[in-house]
Amino acid sequence: MSAVISPTRDPLINGSKTYHQITEDICSPTEQAPSKTWIIGFIVSSSLLAFGVFSILWTIYFGIGTWNLNRTIGWGWDITNFVWWVGIGHAGTLISAILLLFRQKWRTGVNRAAEAMTIFAVICAALFPGIHVGRIWVIFYFFPLPNTRGPLWVNFNSPLLWDLFAISTYFTVSLLFWYTGLVPDFATVRDRAKGFRKKLYSFLSFGWTGAAKHWQRWESLSLVLAGLATPLVLSVHTIVSFDFATSIIPGWHTTIFPPYFVAGAIFSGFAMVQTLMIVTRKALKLEDYITINHIESMNKVILFTGTMVGVAYLTELFIAWYSGYVYEQFAFMNRAMGIYWWAYVGMMACNVISPQLFWVKKFRRSIMVTFIMSIFVNIGMWFERFVIIATTLARDYLPSSWSYYDPTWVEIGIFLGTLGIFFTFYLIFARIAPVVAIAEVKSILKAAGDQYVEGHKEEAKKGADLNPSHEVHHH
Amino acid sequence: MSSSSAKEVLFGLYDDETQLLDAVRAANAQHLEIDNVYTPFPVHGLDPLLGLEESRLHIAGFFYGLTGTSLAFGFMTWVFTRDWPIIFGGKPYFSAPSFIPITFELTVLFACIGMVVTFYTVCGMGPGVKAKTLDDRITDDKFCIAFATSGLSNDDLGKLSNFFTETGASETNTKTL
Repeated sequence: MSAVISPTRDPLINGSKTYHQITEDICSPTEQAPSKTWIIGFIVSSSLLAFGVFSILWTIYFGIGTWNLNRTIGWGWDITNFVWWVGIGHAGTLISAILLLFRQKWRTGVNRAAEAMTIFAVICAALFPGIHVGRIWVIFYFFPLPNTRGPLWVNFNSPLLWDLFAISTYFTVSLLFWYTGLVPDFATVRDRAKGFRKKLYSFLSFGWTGAAKHWQRWESLSLVLAGLATPLVLSVHTIVSFDFATSIIPGWHTTIFPPYFVAGAIFSGFAMVQTLMIVTRKALKLEDYITINHIESMNKVILFTGTMVGVAYLTELFIAWYSGYVYEQFAFMNRAMGIYWWAYVGMMACNVISPQLFWVKKFRRSIMVTFIMSIFVNIGMWFERFVIIATTLARDYLPSSWSYYDPTWVEIGIFLGTLGIFFTFYLIFARIAPVVAIAEVKSILKAAGDQYVEGHKEEAKKGADLNPSHEVHHH
Repeated sequence: MSSSSAKEVLFGLYDDETQLLDAVRAANAQHLEIDNVYTPFPVHGLDPLLGLEESRLHIAGFFYGLTGTSLAFGFMTWVFTRDWPIIFGGKPYFSAPSFIPITFELTVLFACIGMVVTFYTVCGMGPGVKAKTLDDRITDDKFCIAFATSGLSNDDLGKLSNFFTETGASETNTKTL
């Protein structure tokens, strides 16, 4: 068999791995007792989760009055957090679907964990629409059911309802895509396990054997799901942006919102992937699979999408001025220089200015810079949503109803709780499932393994004039 | 690729996909009927050698998607023009553009769920299904060719053993599935 090796790309798998070594390296974290770091992380995140559950129950029992929302500012931390989490949930599908269609080999190192992250982020996001309505026991009004109001249906013209369909479809599709990818890898763990673990992984691997026909169908399924998930992921944040853009509130009513939200979502999603992967690769000793080349590729995406977001911010300001529409102009003056000016400054500094450092290769390839930057971007993107939501609402049409908003402990508690849910689930995932897609990494070994790439480069040097083709035969 | 309940199988394990592909070519040349091939990851170039036709899963997916499209669009149209017409913001009852997002979402949802369910069904897989594995290392680093041996003469069996030796199988074994 011939593997097509790029003459310019750096290897994506280091350490001269064999197929067996790949299995060993990626399965072993699931086969050992948890490390001390894991246990500490689990205690911290599950405590946050517990506090979040407490805060949610508090909200449900005492009502939305326990939040600081008021008549002017009807959306605060709840929808800010919702949009933030949905945005984070975009990187997984982007990596697994869009990069699959583009045949980007580096996706194989990070797709599994990024997809898991997507699913957990969407769970966190979906929580907020559920509780922000206050009376969770009538939540079935969300759904198009013939209900107690008689044969009256939900409003299919409303972006809020579109959002319900978008988020639930996105969650389902991501989950099925992720799990189907996991099945062959669960089978790998199963075939190494004994006793109870054997039973567990037998169940999880659905009877996978690795038969040629099954692989063929599996690849066909992955490709079509990727093709479906690509417009889906774009539609989800487009629809989230419609929640704002189809309103008539100055500062929200802008046609730039869909692409701007999608770029922001990918931006924040990749930042969260970086945060998690940098810790994961170190803790699980997967540096040979999630290499500095992977990190650099993701930093390029962060730079690109961050710059897009920056252009969107500036375009908004320009259009507000250029429109000659005083209410729009006021909304943006207020955003930048009103009572929430500090949120705007935080957003601009974290999202637009700081990622520009990634034009420098040295910073793109620095783990420390990447980690700090990923936290900055996460904070900046939270601020962006807060800026859009709270500052816009705080100064509405009547100066007599202008208001200010800061969260109560309950709102902060729910937000911390979602961080708890996210990290608890992620930690459990990293214990049970192979965090790197074993079969997919094996399938790129001969095209991207360092021993093959280096060998190819040497060969190419020797016979540059004799053999201009990049195809090398390995036996 | 039969899947009868009890089947005697003679299989050989190879250490590399290059060897596997060469061996499959050799088996085709010698007119040996391969029962199945098992690999730790999808090996490209294997399907045409085995004479596997392209999967029709995506065709099924198209029809599942179409079901979602027509169901979503048809349902919203029925609700807003027949069952309970309401005017929202002065728009017509049949406000087709605003049906597009949900129609799109349900198209994707139906196609996805339908294809995944079909995939597991046609592969005979699902929660609680016990895997008929020939060797535990096939999901690790071994590439396996299996021949059905029920009803074969000693001559034929000898041929198969020779085949495995000639093509460089690192191990051969028998198993009843």
